[in-house]
Amino acid sequence: MIIGLDVGGTHTDAVLLSSNKIEKKIKVPTDSSDLFHTILSSFTLLLENIDPKTVRRIVISTTLTTNAIVEQNMKPVGMIVSAGPGIDPSSFVDSKYYYCVSGSINHRGREKAPVNIIEIEDIAKKLKKAGIEYVGVVSKFCVRNPSHEILIKRILNKYFKKIFLGHHVSGNLNFPRRIATTHLNTAVFSLHKSFFEAVKNSLEEMGLTIPIQILKADGGTMSLESSMAFPGQTVLSGPAASIMGAIPYAPKNQDAIVLDIGGTTTDIAFLVNKTPLLEPFGIQRGEHKSLIRSLRTESKGIGGDSMIRVEDNKLVIGPERKGPAMAFGGPVPTPTDALIILGLMHEGDKEKARQGIGSIARELGLTDLEAADKIFKTCCSIILKKTFEMIDKLNSQPVYTVHEFLEGYKFSPRKILLLGGPAKYFAKKIEKLYHIKAEAVPEASVANAIGAALARTTCEVSLSADTEHGIVTAHEEDFAEPISKSFSEEDLISTAYTLLKEKAISSGADADNLDEMEVVELQKFNIVRNFSPRGKILRTKVQLIPGLIKGFEKVLQ
Amino acid sequence: MLKALNKTGLVFFPAFDWAIDPTHPEREERLLYTQDQVIEEGVFDISGIIEYKPDIVSTHDIRRAHFCVPDEKTITTQSHLISAGGAKAIADAVLTKEVKSGFALVRPPGHHSMRVSHGGRGFCHINIEAIMVEYIRSHYGVKRIAIIDTDCHHGDGTNDIYWHDPDVLFISLHQDGRTMYPGTGFTGELGGPNAKGSNLNIPLPPGTSTEGYLYVIKNCVLPILNEFKPDLVVNSAGQDNHYTDPLTNMNFSAQGYAQLTTLLKPDIAVLEGGYSIEGALPYVNLGIILAMAGIDYSGVIEPDYDPEKLKQSVSITDKIKKTIDIINAYWRQKNDLRLKAGEPGQMQVRHREIFYDTDNIFEQQKETVRICRDCGGCISIDSKAKPGKHVLCVHIPINACKSCIEAGYDFFDKAEKKKFDKVFLQDRTKDTYEIK
Repeated sequence: MIIGLDVGGTHTDAVLLSSNKIEKKIKVPTDSSDLFHTILSSFTLLLENIDPKTVRRIVISTTLTTNAIVEQNMKPVGMIVSAGPGIDPSSFVDSKYYYCVSGSINHRGREKAPVNIIEIEDIAKKLKKAGIEYVGVVSKFCVRNPSHEILIKRILNKYFKKIFLGHHVSGNLNFPRRIATTHLNTAVFSLHKSFFEAVKNSLEEMGLTIPIQILKADGGTMSLESSMAFPGQTVLSGPAASIMGAIPYAPKNQDAIVLDIGGTTTDIAFLVNKTPLLEPFGIQRGEHKSLIRSLRTESKGIGGDSMIRVEDNKLVIGPERKGPAMAFGGPVPTPTDALIILGLMHEGDKEKARQGIGSIARELGLTDLEAADKIFKTCCSIILKKTFEMIDKLNSQPVYTVHEFLEGYKFSPRKILLLGGPAKYFAKKIEKLYHIKAEAVPEASVANAIGAALARTTCEVSLSADTEHGIVTAHEEDFAEPISKSFSEEDLISTAYTLLKEKAISSGADADNLDEMEVVELQKFNIVRNFSPRGKILRTKVQLIPGLIKGFEKVLQ
Repeated sequence: MLKALNKTGLVFFPAFDWAIDPTHPEREERLLYTQDQVIEEGVFDISGIIEYKPDIVSTHDIRRAHFCVPDEKTITTQSHLISAGGAKAIADAVLTKEVKSGFALVRPPGHHSMRVSHGGRGFCHINIEAIMVEYIRSHYGVKRIAIIDTDCHHGDGTNDIYWHDPDVLFISLHQDGRTMYPGTGFTGELGGPNAKGSNLNIPLPPGTSTEGYLYVIKNCVLPILNEFKPDLVVNSAGQDNHYTDPLTNMNFSAQGYAQLTTLLKPDIAVLEGGYSIEGALPYVNLGIILAMAGIDYSGVIEPDYDPEKLKQSVSITDKIKKTIDIINAYWRQKNDLRLKAGEPGQMQVRHREIFYDTDNIFEQQKETVRICRDCGGCISIDSKAKPGKHVLCVHIPINACKSCIEAGYDFFDKAEKKKFDKVFLQDRTKDTYEIK
């Protein structure tokens, strides 16, 4: 049997699945001041009368890092970056322990200015004196040549507990995002480590001794051990859990939209042939931009508990949430109250809901029923408008080759899958209003936990070969090997796949779930000097596609 | 976080799968290192910098600027159409005011392509700026446009297309034609009889450095722009004036390009040449983007930059100053020059020979223009290419007066079909194109 547990902002959901069915599902309120206790009590509930020895997989998704960022209660850490020519990096991190140092590597990975060892020693001593324990080090173009980061780490090693290096974060270029991501990993490490060590110990006491898997923002899992190097990857795993939970119901060979309607927000995501779309670079939320691999999702500030009011004779819904619906003791009318008035939902105090919606109706000069319907329609329209904006953006993504331009794939959804409490009511309404097939996912209220339980391990590898220099490298994996002039595209891909398999297995993937590998990018260029060819640059990125583990197809039928 | 002072649009179309041939300077990876630098710097994440997808131009778009012989399809590839479409996408973003200004980093380039195009010249098949400018005139009704060509080679194609057009001011800064392809662009080349002085060619001596370029911008280009008062400024932003460029002999720098952009404030910049793909382009393009967006570019310096080595000699400075005096004098006399060029209603003829180095074609032209004080004047071009076709091309300018429209149709109607392989009529007043 397997367990999936998703700690959300309001509720924590957990499921226990056998290969035939959902054996058990639970929903408990999240105590955000004590996530550890929330997780433990969920496991205790879930494992009542269950032999822990029958559990062979555990996947946990938490808001631990997300909360740490939102509440800004991360420990101060040191950051050392070297930029060389280009945009001034001094504004990238707002911290008094942030140092921009000399040293420069160019776009081909050639050293243009050396590291100043004395400068680094000086900074190390200052940071040590300030009580800093963890330091992140990032150099521009380190994904082409990480030698400066490695050298700086060697100097710092004796002063600090752990050093995080930029080139380990991702094979993608983007210096500011790499700095932000490395900073995040460095800053949440101690919190993540102590939290999950405590979880691990407690689960062992319950008799759960199997390795724990952690859900990432890209809808894949990684082992607890590998999460220690990249704790930032656990940020925003919640939306990913829900999207993964919708996959079984997505149409084959077609495009689909996933809408997860929560209390405060609705998460929007896209599936192509049952595979979720990824962000091209990494998570971005407002000004926070990172290289953390992530599903392509956006949140719109509208949900079942969004505040409703009338401003200038116009109905306004969200984005704030003031509490639960009035029917459940909240202070202001919400879409949930409207659903109750419309006779769709039967839970809650209908009289209180009527009070709330009634006040809105009077301001708009409508009957209660008319106002409730208007609220419901407006919610649908806000969500769908945002969704179509995202699709427009998706379909107008820049392309860099003639081939891509001419073959440009247009995302054209045939179906909307809805999750979250009010999913089934919204599905019907959207189908009626927009003439697009809409369907609430079965078990919509715990689909996130199911998604977590079934998510398979994902990872990616970026590999580049330079036949002029005679070397193939994947610096992210600390991999470098000599190659001959005749190193080909096929050699590159097979090397990349070998590295990907090794990385997946060390991140906790089991051998049965390694066949969904694909080439994401492949580029080939001649290096020409003085009008004669000197060699080739070959670059590729391969990934394990986000998806579900095998053997549980029956559970969801 | 970084924020652009001016909202800036970018189209990035490196055409990673297109080359003239594998070792040609105009090949796949020309913009690879630029892309690496721009992405590593996180440019597309800067608030206020918006990346647009390139458009693709239609046959109709091309037919506003060119007579393609035998036809558009034969002399272009998809890459040319998308490159021109990149410029068009930026034009839309700027003209609809989604952004304040924009930069199309596209390839292949276009500024050596003339009005009649039988094939490739100087790595160019169709003129991406001219196609964009004509699109802007037809779609947005913009009247006065200035094109400042800062590529190291004379922008002879653009110069040819606007040779007779008094509403488009074309200024080209380039390495002296006696030392550089295409061997034209001397100070006396001022435009046709109806547009004398609205074409200005500024040849610069080999070894001109940042100081010289900025001198020309400050003491010639900006004052003339001030007087001309264009509604739109386009920069053909070639990057081969750089001190590391393998095809040229100039000493311009990334800092210089960025300062030039800050001074010129182009609404639209379109990439042209530039073949130092590792040593120059990544830094020059980054400098131009930051300058357009109004972001500090003081750190954009080539790793091997040595201002002492690149200092301009006194004799070069003197030569540049003399050239500028000549240009400024011509500009002041432009109205007189036009009056002296001929009587209204007269037909003026010039004979030309054009060599297409990229496609090895030799073209002979007999161009007839109607002298007119009210518009740019209609033009008829008898063009014979070896190898190639013999065609007659009639152009009626967008702002043509009634007499010139009539004269244009007269050229077309009277052309004997059996004398030519094809006869074309480009009527810009109605945005139509006829073939007989």
